[in-house]
Amino acid sequence: MSVEFSIEAKLGQDTFKVDKGPHIVPDPAVCRTCGPKWCIKTCPAHLYAANGDGSVTLNFEGCLECGTCLVACLPRSLDWHYPRGGFGVQLRYG
Amino acid sequence: MEEKFDAIVVGAGPAGTTAAYLLAKAGLNIILLERGDYPGTKNVFGGVLYSSVLNRLIPNFWEEAPVERHVSARQWYLLSPTDALSFGFQSQEFDSPPFNNSFTVLRSQFDRWYAAKAEEAGAFLITSTVVDDLLIEGERVVGVRARRDEGELYADVVIAADGVNSLLAQKAGFREELKPEAVALGIKEVIALPTAVLEERFHISGDRGLAMEFFGEGATKGLEGSAFLYTNKDSLSLGVTVVLKSLFEKKEKSVELVEHFKSHPVVKELIKGGELREYQAHLIPYGNRTLLTGLCRDGLLVVGDAAGLVNPTLYYEGTNMAMASGAMAAEAILAAREEGDFSQRSLSRYQQRLEQSFVGQDLTQYRGLGRLMEERPQLYTSYATLLCRLAAEFLAVREEPRGMRERAMAGRVQKEMPDLWEAWQTVRRWYET
Repeated sequence: MSVEFSIEAKLGQDTFKVDKGPHIVPDPAVCRTCGPKWCIKTCPAHLYAANGDGSVTLNFEGCLECGTCLVACLPRSLDWHYPRGGFGVQLRYG
Repeated sequence: MEEKFDAIVVGAGPAGTTAAYLLAKAGLNIILLERGDYPGTKNVFGGVLYSSVLNRLIPNFWEEAPVERHVSARQWYLLSPTDALSFGFQSQEFDSPPFNNSFTVLRSQFDRWYAAKAEEAGAFLITSTVVDDLLIEGERVVGVRARRDEGELYADVVIAADGVNSLLAQKAGFREELKPEAVALGIKEVIALPTAVLEERFHISGDRGLAMEFFGEGATKGLEGSAFLYTNKDSLSLGVTVVLKSLFEKKEKSVELVEHFKSHPVVKELIKGGELREYQAHLIPYGNRTLLTGLCRDGLLVVGDAAGLVNPTLYYEGTNMAMASGAMAAEAILAAREEGDFSQRSLSRYQQRLEQSFVGQDLTQYRGLGRLMEERPQLYTSYATLLCRLAAEFLAVREEPRGMRERAMAGRVQKEMPDLWEAWQTVRRWYET
């Protein structure tokens, strides 16, 4: 097992039932005021990325629904919901 | 006409299912709501289920429940970046019923089985259903709003068992939003390994299993937390758990923590040839930093992770406390029902029972130990590495008198670990009170 095993490859082992739209939506205006952007470093699926203008993009499709971003987002920029019933990560070995 | 239930349970994890099981068994009309396709698809834990409560409710449950192995041996490791100092314990007693009430389990299978027991007892399990809000009339919780057509459901009492991120506990005004120092992030991999290889490698056979815990720089990169490795039938549950705030302070990326742990020479050997089956993550309530207050109001009780009932120090006990709280909530509801009174005053029996039980007492007692550990970051950073170095020094074969070396080692402990003695004193005091 390679130490360099990428997070993308890890998420590739998981099963997701992807909904049409995101269940977590960052507010770009609030994100621009946020310096540390803890969401990027703390998300265990590494789904957040910084944009050039200081906002962030979230790839919600690989969300593990752990809740880390909700707590880590100190400026409270996220409109955060669980995915619709039956959608999202489907753990088989939780 | 609106449908009204005796009780609505939100969340089919260990706490919610326990409450639903007992209430349905007592003949109540119970609805158990779960947002996953089936119970367990959204649930993560390290991997060891403590089962003293479950075995009381369903004696010899392991004969029918999907458990992986019983834990007959435990090992603790202090890891420097390159070395390891360890000790362990195994017991023949742990190999016979009730197996020290410790089993490795995969939650997607176990939770599904357990919820089916609640269904058998008469509870209505409704899956794929997210609950977004409480229905409140005046001061009283009268039901929940589920995200589906005709989603307004009514009951005498609602049990919020919706996990660590409990939106219902928040909506009920029991607590503010979670803070980074009040939660730990657990990241886990389930790694497949052929049973024969696994049993030979970990010196286990039959249904016996091993639980290993790891501390120090080699385990958590110096972050407050620990790492673990548990044996399932034909897989390993491996992971790292760190307090979210310490990720901020050390500026570490969470995705690198598990890779760091897996790259330690000792761990690398243990997982050699294994293949990743699943990657998981979840928050864990850091129970010793939350207060056990306000767990009920008119028409509502909060149980399990939603109530922050996890003892994160040394034992990482959560599922057993969740089941205990679910059982006590059910008892309080049955008593309230006899009086026809679901007010906060009546339901507060639950909180009183919980505080008097091992759950309340452990959470209170270990809060002190948790603080002690929080105030001493060196426990997670330099200490394991230093102890490994001392072990290397103790064992080193050189042409020099051993007495001289031992004196130098004692001096080093005094100088570099001044609070070890103090910590030991605190632990002693804490046990004596």
